[in-house]
Order: sequence, then structure tokens, then C-alpha cells
Amino acid sequence: MIFAVDLLLRDSIGLVEVGIVLLKVGVAFVLLLLGVMLMIWFERKFISDMQNRIGPNLAGPFGIFQTLADGIKLFFKEDQVPAKADPLVFRLAPYLALVPAFLIFTVVPIGGDFSGGGDGTVTWWGRQTFLQVADPPIGFLIILAMSSMAVYGVLLAGWASGSKYPLFSAIRVSAQMVSYEVALGLSFASVLLMSKSFSTHDIVLSQGGYEWNLWMTGLVPFFIFLLAVTAEMNRPPFDLVEAEQELVGGFHTEYSSLRFALFYLAEFMNVITMSGVIVTLFLGGPEGPEPFPLPGWLWGIFWFCLKMVVFLAVFVWFRATLPRFRYDQLMNLGWKLLIPLSLVWFLALATLQVSDNRDWNDFIVLASIFGGFVLVGLLLKRALKTAAHNPDPDLSAPATAENNVEENAGRNTENNFDIENLKEKDLGGKN
Amino acid sequence: MVAQNIAFGVMVGIMGLSAIRVVTTRNVVHAALYLMVVLATVAGLFLLLGAEFLGITQVLIYIGAVIVLFLFGIMLTGARIGKEKLLSHRNKVPALMIATVITAVSIYAAIDYFGADKLPEETRTSTKEVANSLFSQYIIPFEVASVLLLAALIGAIVIARREPHEENLTK
Amino acid sequence: MTVTQFVIASAVLFSIGVYGVLVRRSAVMVLMSVELILNSVNINLVAFGALHDNIAGEVFALFVITVAAAEVGVGLALVLLIFRNRKNINIHEVDLMKG
Repeated sequence: MIFAVDLLLRDSIGLVEVGIVLLKVGVAFVLLLLGVMLMIWFERKFISDMQNRIGPNLAGPFGIFQTLADGIKLFFKEDQVPAKADPLVFRLAPYLALVPAFLIFTVVPIGGDFSGGGDGTVTWWGRQTFLQVADPPIGFLIILAMSSMAVYGVLLAGWASGSKYPLFSAIRVSAQMVSYEVALGLSFASVLLMSKSFSTHDIVLSQGGYEWNLWMTGLVPFFIFLLAVTAEMNRPPFDLVEAEQELVGGFHTEYSSLRFALFYLAEFMNVITMSGVIVTLFLGGPEGPEPFPLPGWLWGIFWFCLKMVVFLAVFVWFRATLPRFRYDQLMNLGWKLLIPLSLVWFLALATLQVSDNRDWNDFIVLASIFGGFVLVGLLLKRALKTAAHNPDPDLSAPATAENNVEENAGRNTENNFDIENLKEKDLGGKN
Repeated sequence: MVAQNIAFGVMVGIMGLSAIRVVTTRNVVHAALYLMVVLATVAGLFLLLGAEFLGITQVLIYIGAVIVLFLFGIMLTGARIGKEKLLSHRNKVPALMIATVITAVSIYAAIDYFGADKLPEETRTSTKEVANSLFSQYIIPFEVASVLLLAALIGAIVIARREPHEENLTK
Repeated sequence: MTVTQFVIASAVLFSIGVYGVLVRRSAVMVLMSVELILNSVNINLVAFGALHDNIAGEVFALFVITVAAAEVGVGLALVLLIFRNRKNINIHEVDLMKG
């Protein structure tokens, strides 16, 4: 069966194996929850430092238990479901937001014994295993599938609230996430080209000897991935989903109490798992130097956590320094820059691989790749220029989407709010 | 093998119930969610048959993209919360009869022809095999599929796009 | 596991899909029922592929998924267009061209 490829489960399955698997699941679960707690505190503290504030400082040393206190407060609040909401979907949505984040973390290798050219296995109770919950041969695709499932929580929460602004937010975010998924997938594919395996463990192994995908793929896929992931997680500067000035509170306007806490949890859990994914795909996972002897797997975990913290800090840094993108800017960046660039870069990497295998003339290959870049750039520029010459009020999808939704939202909630008038004014302003 | 049969039973049970809800529920968004459950269980059946790449592709494309597209379309065409009256016809009996006849005939045919043909114990196909046959034996269908996708992409944009002059007419 | 199990499961899914196509009035719902039918076909393809130890089943299931994705894209674009022009997506009222 499928599961037989895991090192641990290859032979007979006894009580010890089941115990190890349960232990791994438990540890991953607790680590993730603990990580979220610390991450929320870290983000608040770090932003405070950047803004010359003190930030949370009362609950525990340095305010480290602030998240716990907030969680307890939310837990004891009244649990409300609005009268106009769809009760079933309204209750389901927070869990749909939370589960994918957990599932991605199961395929991220958080450590392993890579000392002296080891292949990352550790031996517990006489059984060899990897330091990740599972190593399916399609782990890479699981990451992609689960990150594309993350849209459900937001989309359904927005719809089920039975309220206008959450619905706008949901439509916006689904368009945003579907667009950036393409760039995400294409930069993923560049990694795949280098590592030649779908298994996350093999991807880490293939980056041994500091041949990290970060520079093996030539930096560009890494930066595209970082941007696309920020947009996928709806983190600033791409947090249009909860643009307070336009959408009240975004998709979770109507949520309160524990369900709101679940959305909050999902957001920060996504930040942690996606940092882990970036480290795995581009920075060699748990690989790193060993200045003094310790058990090999301890160094792996140390380096993995260190690299991850760097990315957590980067995401917080984004939030503290960058203003929010406008919707059309977001779409332009995604469709007109990131997707063409990642596609062309992927093709160039593939060409280089083939030319390496077949011993083609390096100079001609490089020249033709460069020529290809220039050609695509010129074509794209030409196309955009043509589009700019024939202005089309509806070419930007969000306008259509939101106008349509506005009509429907008006019918849905039978609000007295004069939507038609508002729309006219809006259009007038644009023209 | 017992474990696999139990897994099969559970998944087919969930699949059947959700599929019935897809065609009987009176809320469009609920129908899309039940469809999601059906697709997930079908992915589970693929895994049971050892087609791991197909299983994850099913999740990636159907659940990750197609249902999101459905929900997007539903929300743009006015999905109400609560029950809708006019989602189905009143005369359901002929449709039910047709469906029953199809089920009966195909089940009879399947049992008559295949009987108790056992599937091979080890049916796992690796992603590598799929890729190898896709890019050697089936390369022409593969390229045709890519052209089809391109045509669908352009077609969808052309159809759904509002023409500039149309905008002026409605004003 | 026998192949009959899978064929029967697929037959049930197929008939439910056919029922949906016949009974639903909303265009989006009809498209969803078509997805059910396509998935039942995929189960059959993969099951027969496993039975004969042949990769073709899986490859063609992949093609079916591709075509289904394209179909949904174009189908929903049509639905949007109909909705824009007629303010509802009931397929029984889209009969302007009828003689």
C-alpha cells in the first residue's frame, strides 16, 4: 500500500511503531500550538519595537503569556451566530481554515541526523525513522493541495455570515488566492526541477552540501515564492481580505468568541507552516554546521528553528514596514509580473538542465535564454501597452466581481442602504 | 485486505450520501460543499486503488480549483442563504425512474461480467510510471489537452468579459 | 477487493449524477451533476487500470480531470453571461432561440 514507503512502516507494524507515530503526531500538534502562541507574542512585541511602543508586557515575563490570556478571554465570551447567517457553514468555516495548516506541517521535516553525510534518519527504540510526521512520496503535492484548500475557510466564512462586507472580502480573497496560486505552483516547480523528487525528505537530501535551492534555482523562484506565499496567507502587504478602511473587519466581521480565535490561530499557524515550507524547499531544511558535538538530530532541529525564525521575522517586518496594496496593484503584480517571470524562469532552468545533460554549447544556450527573456519582456510590454490603449472599464476583474456581488448582497439582506446610488457615485469617481 | 474493504465501505457510504445531497439539497452552496465531500472520497478510492498521483491531483484540481470556481460563480450569480424553491423540477418521478434503471442495469452487468474478479494485491503505481507513459506513449493527447486548456482559457475570458460598448448601453 | 465493488460504486454515482442533470433547473447545479458523472467514469478507468495492471487507466483519468476543469471554466463563464443578461440562471428560461 501507499504507506509502506515510509521507513518506519516498511516491515511489520507492532506496538512500538504505532507508539512512535502517535508520539510524532502529538509532538507536531503541541509544537504547532505552542509555536502559534509564541508567534503572536513575537509579532506584537517585534512590531512594538519597530514602532517605538512597549507592547504586551503584563502577562508573564516580557508579556509572553499575553496570547494565553487573550485565548482564555475569547474562550469565555458569548458564542454568537447571526440571525441571517447559514448556521451549518458558519460553524464549519473556522475548521476548514485551520485543518490545512496542520496538514501541511505533517510533511515538513523539522530535523534529522544529517551529520557526516547522513540521510536524516534517527533511531528511536531500535526503529529508524524521519523527524517528520509522514514522508509520503507525494508530500510536495500535499503542500500545494493544502495551501489551495486554505481559501475555503475565508470564502465560506464570508458567504455564510449573511452580511455584505464579509461577502466582498470573500470574493476578493478567493480571486487573490487563486491568482497567486499559479505563481506559487510555478516557483514550486523550479524546486522540483532541481530536486527531482516529490518527497519533502528527498528535497532536503538533494540540497546536501549547501547546494541549497535558494541559489541553485537562482534566487528568483525564492523571491516569487516568498511574495506568493505572503499573498496566499493574506498577510500584509497583501491583507486586502481584512482592509479595515474598506471592509469593516473583512471575512470575520460577524465572528466572535472561540470561532474568531480559530481564525486567528489559523492565520498564525499558516505563517509558521509556510516558513517551515520555505526553509524545507529553499534553505536545505535542517542542514547546518556543527561547531561542537551534540547528538546529530539536535543540531538539525536547532538549525531548522533558527532558519524558520528568520522567516517569521521577515513576515513581521513586511507587516511593520509596507503599506497595503491596492486591489488592482495586487492583481497587476500577480498576473503581469510574477506569473510571466516564474514561467520564463522555469523554462530557462529546464533548458539549462537539458543542456547540462546533453552537453550543449554553454554560450549558445545562455545567449538563447537571454534572448528569450528579452523577447518575452518585449511581448509583454507590447501587450500591456495595447491593453492600456483600449481602456476597458471592466477589464479589472475586481470591479465586475464587486459590482455583481453588491447587487446580490443588496437582494440578499434586503438592506435599505442605497446601493445603486453608491455604485453610480463610485463609477463617476472612476471616470 | 479486510482493512481495505472497511475503508472502501466507509468511503462509498459517505460518497453515496453526499452525492444524493448534491442533487437534492435546496441550497446551492451546500450542494457545492457536498460535491467537495464526494470528490474527496473519490480521491480516497483512487488511493485505495494505489493511484496516489491521481488521488492528490484530484484534491489539487477538483477541491482546490474547480469547487472554488463553482463557489465563485455561485456567489456572483446570487446565492441566497436558506432554502431556494426553484432549484429542481416538480416532476422528479421520471428522472428517478431513469436513474434507477441505469443503476439496476449497470449493477447487473457488472456482477454478471466481472463476478468476483479479485484486484491484484499490490496495485501501487508510482508517479514516475505515470509521467513516463504520459510523456512517451500519450504525448499527443497530452499536447492536445494543453491546447484545449488554452482554448478554454481564452474562451472563458471572451465569454465572460463585458464589452465596452455594452457597458454604455446599460447606462 | 474485487473490481465489481468499484464498478458498482461508480454506477451508483453515475445514476445520481444523471438524476441531477435531469432534475435540476439551475445551470450551476447541472454542471455540478456533470462533475459527478465524470468522477464515476474516473473510478471505472482507474479500477480497470488496476485490474489489468495497465497505466492507461490512470493517464486517461488525468485527461478527464483536465477536460472537466476546462469545461467548468467555460461553463461558468456562460452561466455568468446568462445571469448578466437575464438576471437568473434557470436553464428552462434560456429558450429565446426556440422557433
